[in-house]
This record gives sequence, C-alpha cells and structure tokens, in this order.
Amino acid sequence: MADAPFLEIRHLRKRFGTNEVLRDIDFTVRKGEVVCIIGASGSGKSTLLRCVNLLERPTEGEIRHEGRNILDGSVPIATYRAQVGMVFQQFNLFNNLNVLENCVLGQMKVLKRPRAEAVATAMRYLDKVGMAQYIQARPAQISGGQKQRVAIARALSMEPEALLFDEPTSALDPEMVGEVLKVMRDLAHTGLTMLVVTHEMAFASEVADRVVFMDEGVIVEEGVPSVIFGEPKQERTRTFLKRVLR
Amino acid sequence: MGAPLLALTVAAADRSFFEWVAYLFARYGSMFLSGAEVTLLISLSGTIVGFAIGLLIGVVRTVPRRPEASWPAKALRKVVDVLLMVYIEVFRGTPMIVQAMVIFYGTAQAFGVRIPYLLAGFAIVSINTGAYMAEIVRGGILSIDKGQFEAAHSIGMTHGQTMMNVVLPQAIRNILPALGNEFVINIKDTSVLNVISVSELFFETKSVAGTSYKTFETFFIASVMYLVMTFTVTRILRLIERKMEGKSTYTIHGSQTTPESEIRIRGGV
Ligand SMILES: Nc1ncnc2c1ncn2[C@@H]1O[C@H](COP(=O)(O)OP(=O)(O)OP(=O)(O)O)[C@@H](O)[C@H]1O
Ligand SMILES: [Mg+2]
Repeated sequence: MADAPFLEIRHLRKRFGTNEVLRDIDFTVRKGEVVCIIGASGSGKSTLLRCVNLLERPTEGEIRHEGRNILDGSVPIATYRAQVGMVFQQFNLFNNLNVLENCVLGQMKVLKRPRAEAVATAMRYLDKVGMAQYIQARPAQISGGQKQRVAIARALSMEPEALLFDEPTSALDPEMVGEVLKVMRDLAHTGLTMLVVTHEMAFASEVADRVVFMDEGVIVEEGVPSVIFGEPKQERTRTFLKRVLR
Repeated sequence: MGAPLLALTVAAADRSFFEWVAYLFARYGSMFLSGAEVTLLISLSGTIVGFAIGLLIGVVRTVPRRPEASWPAKALRKVVDVLLMVYIEVFRGTPMIVQAMVIFYGTAQAFGVRIPYLLAGFAIVSINTGAYMAEIVRGGILSIDKGQFEAAHSIGMTHGQTMMNVVLPQAIRNILPALGNEFVINIKDTSVLNVISVSELFFETKSVAGTSYKTFETFFIASVMYLVMTFTVTRILRLIERKMEGKSTYTIHGSQTTPESEIRIRGGV
C-alpha cells in the first residue's frame, strides 16, 4: 500500500477576514511519504499545516483522510487528530508536566490507554529520541533541542500515521539543530508519513520524497528534490531558491 | 483615662495600659478567641467557596466561541455571559458592608426568612470573593500561552481535558498569590459583617469594649489578633507557593557514568 493516498487536499481556501492566505491548494500525500514544504515567510505554510490538523478551520475545500472528508463532520475530530500529530516551532510542551507525563497524558486521555501501557509506550519513544534519561525533568529545565525531541516523542507516543512539523528547528540555537534533524531523519526511514515545513534546504533535499514550493497562498511547484533544487521550472521558485541558497 | 467608670476591680485605677490589656484578655479571652475563630472560619470557607465560584465562572467565560455553533447555543452563551458580567460588576462595584445589609434584610423582607447570621456572613464573603476571583481566574487562563492549548488539541484532547490537565494547573499556580491576597483581605473585611450581627472578632471586640468601657485597650487586642492571623496566613501561603514551584533539580536515570546524578538547573518559569 506504499502509494495509497493518505491525505488529499482539494481546493482548500483559508481567509482571515478579507485576507486570503490559502488560495485553492490542491495536493496529495501518500502513505509513508516525506513531503517538505518550502516558501517565503507569510506564504501560508503554517496555515496550511494548521488546517490539516484542524487548528484552523478552512474556509472552503476538502481534506480527505483515507478517502473521508474530515471537514463534513462525519469523522470524529479527536480520532483524526490522534492519527495526525503535530510538532511546533515553539515546542509547546505542557509546562506543568515533566517529560514522561508530557508523553503519557494524551495516550491516557485520548486513546484511553491504561497508565502502565502509556508509560511503556512513552519510554519507548523517549528512548528513540534519546531523552529517556530525562523523564523527571520539567520543560523549563531542559534545552531547546531536548524540548523539541520530547515534543517529537510526545507526538510519536500517540502512534500516529503521520506527523506534521512546522519549522521544528527554527527556534533552536544553531548547535541544537543537528540533534533534532537527526531524529527526524531517522523517523523518515521508518515509513512514517511526514509533512515538514522547513527552511533547512539541505534536509529537504536529502530526506524528502517530494518538495512543495508555496508562494502567496498557492502551490507554485512540486516535485522530487533533485528537480526542485536542481532545475526548477518556475521563475518564482528560482528566485526564492536563489535568495535562500545564496 | 475614664477613671470613674473603672469600678471593675479594686486596683483598677492604678493599672497601666498593658496591665489593662492583660487584664481584659484574661477576663474576656474566650470572647476574643471565639470571635477570631468565627473570623477565620468565615474568611477561610468564604475564600475557598469564592475561589470555586471564580474557577467555575472563569472556566465558563473562557470556553471558546465557535462560529459554527447553532443559534440557541449562541443565544444561551450570550445570556450566561451577560448574567455573569452583571454578577461580577455588581459585587465588585458595591461595598461588602452594603451587600451584607441588602442580602440579609432583603431575604428577610422578600421571603420572610432570617438566614442564620453565620451562614449569611459565609454566603456574603463567598459571593463577594467569587466576583473578584472570577476575573482573576479568567485573566489567569487567558495568560496561558496559546501553544499549550494547540499542543493538547493537536493530539486530540478536548477543550475540557486540556483545561483540567494542562491549563488550570498552570493558571491556578499563577493566581495563587492573588488567592492568598484575597484570603488576607477577607480576614480583615469580615469585620464589616458586624452590621448583621455575625459574632466575628470585631463584633466580639465591640461587646467587650461596651462592657468594660476600655475601648482603646480592647481594640488594641483586636488589632494584634488580626495581625497575628494575617501574618500567619501570609507565611503559610508563601510556604505553599514555594512547595508548588516544584523541585529545582531532577535526576538523570540510568546514566552509566554517574548514576542518579543530580542536574541543577533553575526552572525559568
Ligand atoms: N490567525 C490569523 N489571523 C489573521 N491573519 C493570519 C493569522 N494567521 C496567519 N495569518 C496571516 O496569514 C499569512 C500566512 O501566514 P503563515 O503563518 O501561514 O505563513 P508562513 O508561510 O508559515 O510564514 P513563516 O515562514 O513566517 O512561518 C500571513 O500574512 C499572516 O499574517
Ligand atoms: Mg510559519
């Protein structure tokens, strides 16, 4: 089932007041695919990701998850969200809970897992991101890179089918970017579906199956990294890449 | 001093200020203490119940408005919002002493029932504190970073689950100083309940002053007792706050070189 469509986004529009931030977005993510979204600041990348996770309600259009439109009210939102996790630029760890509890809470409340199972699952993923030693630490007591790795473990603990990343390394000090990208690189090889908004072009060209370039609320161009970075067809893509790869 | 009135004991005329204080406390100690007890009882229970009222209202008022909600739901929401706002404005905008009179004599006149004094006092302090705490709690909830809600929602938690497990624990911790402050204010402000004959410390002090005619000395005792109560409560609250800050260290687990080594980093929040 390697290329069954996992997410199909059709004619998606999002307006904030009169400001149309997403204009007729159309694209498909297949199971197990790693898609990187690049584009200038304000082009609507975060808004797109937030629409996919329903943190923003799209103004128009469809988001199909395994064939079912999640916007028509027929799919329980909590179930859908548990299957599509999100990692934020600002980490957003629960400040009142330690590292372990951050990864346990959602499992118990949303998936209704018994505590022992939730703890075991959390430990498995905390170990995977190299944070198993820090289970007792509170978010305020660990570094940015460590926070982001815990945030990834928290999302993974829900055992989702897909993870959305919104500029996961943009808030990090340069020396901590590597540890987070390494975790993400390892994840990409596990067959997890990933949708990554990033300014890390090297990461995108190395890890992505497909790169999507957005500008002013539309998808200008998409394709395999070698094409997008090597021989982009659109003028706007070329201009953008020239600016960021300089 | 009002010498002719001091017919209480033989040596009365020769007593110094502090001897009077000691004498009055020995003679009327049980009245002072029972007054202090009622003051503490009403202010503590009133603060707790007021906090509960404030929590409830703060939580209700911060339920997100959904544009896609049905119109009856929206109308209900509007009505509830207006009612809560009226409650908050009325009780924050009038003195508690006036509220006490209006509620006590109002219920007596309207329903023909006299609420027991103690219960009336407790109710007034609770309702009054509730109005203040409602705004404090709402502010506390709104001050929590939006990212906390989004992270919880993004893994499928409901608004209620997010409130209970993530937002309220943080908000309550932040408003604890304000809650303590409310408690201290209540210890002092229960004194106004003497107008409806609640036998709290001020009321009892007034009776002692009335029988002994030593107004200055009796109220001096009362002020010391108020001070002891507020000071003790303030200290205890500081202690609780410090406890709630959590440990400033954590243990690294299973590290081979230094098992159970302590990492010392100050929590920055
Ligand atoms: N809640 C909101 N209300 C109004 N306008 C918004 C809101 N969120 C985003 N916008 C606007 O939508 C546009 C796109 O924002 P978005 O955050 O999606 O861009 P982005 O591509 O993620 O940019 P960046 O690289 O800076 O993160 C911006 O012009 C922004 O001002
Ligand atoms: Mg963004």
